[in-house]
Amino acid sequence: MTEITKEIVAEHGLTEGEYEEVLRILGRTPNLTELGIFSVMWSEHCSYKSSKKWLKTLPTEAPWVICGPGENAGVIDIGDGQAAIFKMESHNHPSFIEPYQGAATGVGGIMRDVFTMGARPIANMNALRFGRPDHPKTGHLVSGVIAGIAGYGNCMGVPTVGGETNFHAAYDGNILVNAMTVGLAETKKIFYSAAAGVGNPVVYVGSKTGRDGIHGATMASAEFDDDSEEKRPTVQVGDPFTEKLLLEACLELMATDAIVAIQDMGAAGLTSSSFEMADKGGVGIELNLDHVPMREEGMTPYEIMLSESQERMLMVLKPGREEEARKIFEKWELDFAVIGKVTDTGRMVLTMNGEVAADLPVAPLADAAPEYDRPWTKTEPPAVIRAEDVAAPNDLGEVLLKLMGSSEIASRKWIWEQYDHMVMGDTIQRPGGDAAVVRVHGTKKALAITTDCTPRYCYADPETGGAQAVAEAWRNITATGGQPLAITDCMNFGNPQRPEIMGQFVGCINGMRRACTTLDFPVISGNVSLYNETNGTGIHPTPAIGGVGILADYAKMTTLAFKSEGDVVLLLGDLSGEMGQSLYLREIEGREEGAPPRVDLEKERKHGDYLREMINRGHVTAAHDMSDGGLGVALAEMAIAGNIGASIRLETAIPPHAALFAEDQACYVITVKPENVELVRGLALADDIPLHIIGTIGHTELKIEGCLTISVNDLRDVHAGWLPALMSRPGSE
Amino acid sequence: MKAAVIVFPASNCDRDLKVALAQAMGRDPDMVWHGDSELPETDLIAIPGGFSYGDYLRAGAMAANSPIMREVVKKAQAGTPVLAICNGFQIATETGMLPGALLRNAGQKFVCRDVDLLITARNERFVGGFEQGEVVRFPVAHHDGNYYADEETLHELEGEGQVAFKYASAEGELTDAANPNGSLNNIAGIYNKAGNVLGLMPHPERLISEELGGTDGKRFFDHLVNSIV
Amino acid sequence: MKARVYISLKNGVLDPQGKAISHSLQGLGFKNVLDARQGKTIDLDLKDMDRAAAEAEVEKMCQQLLANTVIENYTIEMLD
Repeated sequence: MTEITKEIVAEHGLTEGEYEEVLRILGRTPNLTELGIFSVMWSEHCSYKSSKKWLKTLPTEAPWVICGPGENAGVIDIGDGQAAIFKMESHNHPSFIEPYQGAATGVGGIMRDVFTMGARPIANMNALRFGRPDHPKTGHLVSGVIAGIAGYGNCMGVPTVGGETNFHAAYDGNILVNAMTVGLAETKKIFYSAAAGVGNPVVYVGSKTGRDGIHGATMASAEFDDDSEEKRPTVQVGDPFTEKLLLEACLELMATDAIVAIQDMGAAGLTSSSFEMADKGGVGIELNLDHVPMREEGMTPYEIMLSESQERMLMVLKPGREEEARKIFEKWELDFAVIGKVTDTGRMVLTMNGEVAADLPVAPLADAAPEYDRPWTKTEPPAVIRAEDVAAPNDLGEVLLKLMGSSEIASRKWIWEQYDHMVMGDTIQRPGGDAAVVRVHGTKKALAITTDCTPRYCYADPETGGAQAVAEAWRNITATGGQPLAITDCMNFGNPQRPEIMGQFVGCINGMRRACTTLDFPVISGNVSLYNETNGTGIHPTPAIGGVGILADYAKMTTLAFKSEGDVVLLLGDLSGEMGQSLYLREIEGREEGAPPRVDLEKERKHGDYLREMINRGHVTAAHDMSDGGLGVALAEMAIAGNIGASIRLETAIPPHAALFAEDQACYVITVKPENVELVRGLALADDIPLHIIGTIGHTELKIEGCLTISVNDLRDVHAGWLPALMSRPGSE
Repeated sequence: MKAAVIVFPASNCDRDLKVALAQAMGRDPDMVWHGDSELPETDLIAIPGGFSYGDYLRAGAMAANSPIMREVVKKAQAGTPVLAICNGFQIATETGMLPGALLRNAGQKFVCRDVDLLITARNERFVGGFEQGEVVRFPVAHHDGNYYADEETLHELEGEGQVAFKYASAEGELTDAANPNGSLNNIAGIYNKAGNVLGLMPHPERLISEELGGTDGKRFFDHLVNSIV
Repeated sequence: MKARVYISLKNGVLDPQGKAISHSLQGLGFKNVLDARQGKTIDLDLKDMDRAAAEAEVEKMCQQLLANTVIENYTIEMLD
């Protein structure tokens, strides 16, 4: 038997203090299998030991929330006995090491989280961050990640309807791949993970267990160094065909009442799934590892328990229902094995070859997971940068063209054309708009889905950035006419043991909390990914927000495209002219400086509620929220989407470069039929909402009086051209 | 009218095809499981898009050897109309019902977008609802849609009016830019010699209402159902 | 008994993967690469049987499933 030395403990990522706690709980030295189990259960990835204290402060409740954080995914009520189930999760480290498989298995994992709860996945999204465009690895990583997402999602037949992609040097050594899935279930057929019923069979279904991904969870909790390429063998390989079978088989079994509890085997595989099920149910579990379907010979208990082979599930069935379940899984040609039973001992007992391989108390191991109150320092808010602090450019038209073809704003069509975004036949707002909209099959309802975060704001001022990410998700749903309902968050940060990084985390959470509360937009699921650092350099703090909202009648949906000549263009919201952290400052002046735009949540709420009401009354022909690149970019995007120009006239004391390119929040550009203008203005006035007429749709160019005139075709060309050009460089395959 | 949709384990456009057929027929088609060796009485067989058995060897290769496909081939030979879309088209070429093969897209990437298609041959049953030379819009969504056949076969297809659809510009020009996958002669869909089997990479079932972005697919199915009834 | 089947695209059939491989290699500075064609290898583990019979059976497998002879060539190598 392997002796447990200090080195072995350290290799398993446990601190001395944590190991002492292990000894205290067990009252003896653990064997290697037991140590491995502690190590993954207490890894940052599984235990949230650095983040728990702060995550608890987020609002998670609302009358429409059926299940908040803590299960495989969150659940909200969308009326008529239907529920939307969703979550976003990171697969950052595996995707950096092996972009195709890392991204593919990330997508597979998040879909399993959602269908484990009884939902058929109906839409996927992805929030991606890559290094600077000219970094030698960026092309290869983009190409692999996108192909991996496409390879898995397309085969599953679940549309990937959009997401977001940023490029910045902060991600050169740590890309972020955050995958989100939204599913649809009946409210009375939702499945949870708490094991129950002493004597009930514990069943393993899906793929066989191999040696892949061993230590994935501990890898996700460690920093990279230059040797990370060596870690390649631990990356799992995805099999979307098997997952498709697993999905169909699970949903078929779920239509019966044979399942007591179900949990997917994600990070830390059989270990975390069995412990979570036992812990939630307050029971014990006995597993006979000889019965686990194995792909390779001679696997040890340690390997079986820590394997991260994909496309596997663990279930507790009602007694006597095994044969019925077995038939379903055999029909779908999947492995099915009874590997244990529920006990009342409160212990996890693993046997193999007639010997006890591990015997651990469930509750202490799960509940006594360390929880740290890590020291943190607040990021000092930078100074506001006003229009006067930024030199006016010679040619505003050139500026707009440059921004439209910049890495942050350029069209992502090259990406989403690789995703099957239409399969299932319900995508009524395709990628490229503010939010994607997917019909709830066979009803008048639709879900609006978006992912948002502006990491440069979070880096400059975490609290404002955290609030802005939530507010932008809320705005994007609102701009389609949807009522925002809830979010999932994927918190990507550097090393929390550094106080300034922990301070970024705390700041983002504080901002998110304020925004979620004011906007009635609770957090119902999420994931934390820390230690996104290479050689001591952390990523920008990136709390990616996945938002979901509902349209009661999709016939009333709006899109961002300008529609018809003569429609009047209005700006909803006020311009401040503050330019800190704007793309203008970065792309034109080469400065990444200043305070991000202010986030006034009361205003956000007021402006958004008003817009939604106008959309629902049918007065709005197009709507687009203002974000990266400000008003100028918003207008250009609307013109490109509608293939029609506009004549704009700004009446403001703010200098034109600031009026057009400052990234003021709580603002939308909308269009209205001329005959409705007085009506919507009257309603705005009554509520004290700023609504300014700024122009009219028409012609083939975007004309901003006294500033610029550019043909829509020229705007489209620069917007469409950047990403394909980047990806056609050698080495990008 | 009765229609049957063949369902493989990883078919994923089966429901979309069912919805489109039901909209045109006023009743649901039969969904036939791949493991079944018998087909129900039917006036139309439809093979949907997807990945059949995972498509790990070659798209459609394993499905072509399934028991149900032997039945489909028999019925096709006896004259039953067969509509094979996307993966269905790949399967149909693998069985030999249709000539040629579908290779990896020339751009190597999966491609999902609306494409314009020129109606290149007359076939009253399948495209009688459109004018010859008309341009219609259906989406494509595939990784292996690059049509290949040897020169002799191509010559024959073109000569015998077996090329159903070609990728074209909105004005109907057969340009390289309009070809999403490198298919020879911009071929998007073909008929068998008898004209009762149509295989095409684009998905007419995806554009069957204004909300989805177009109705050319609805016109296609409405006509197909009318012509069979 | 083991058999190895090599499958490659016929000459004249466009091989986008092969093209990308040669393009990438040239991009990495391997200037001596003129072209690359890619294919696949399938290793079969067979029951012990008469070698000639085994080879005939693998030939059948290639015809029926493993290769699409419209676009692909195959060669069979019997290993011990």
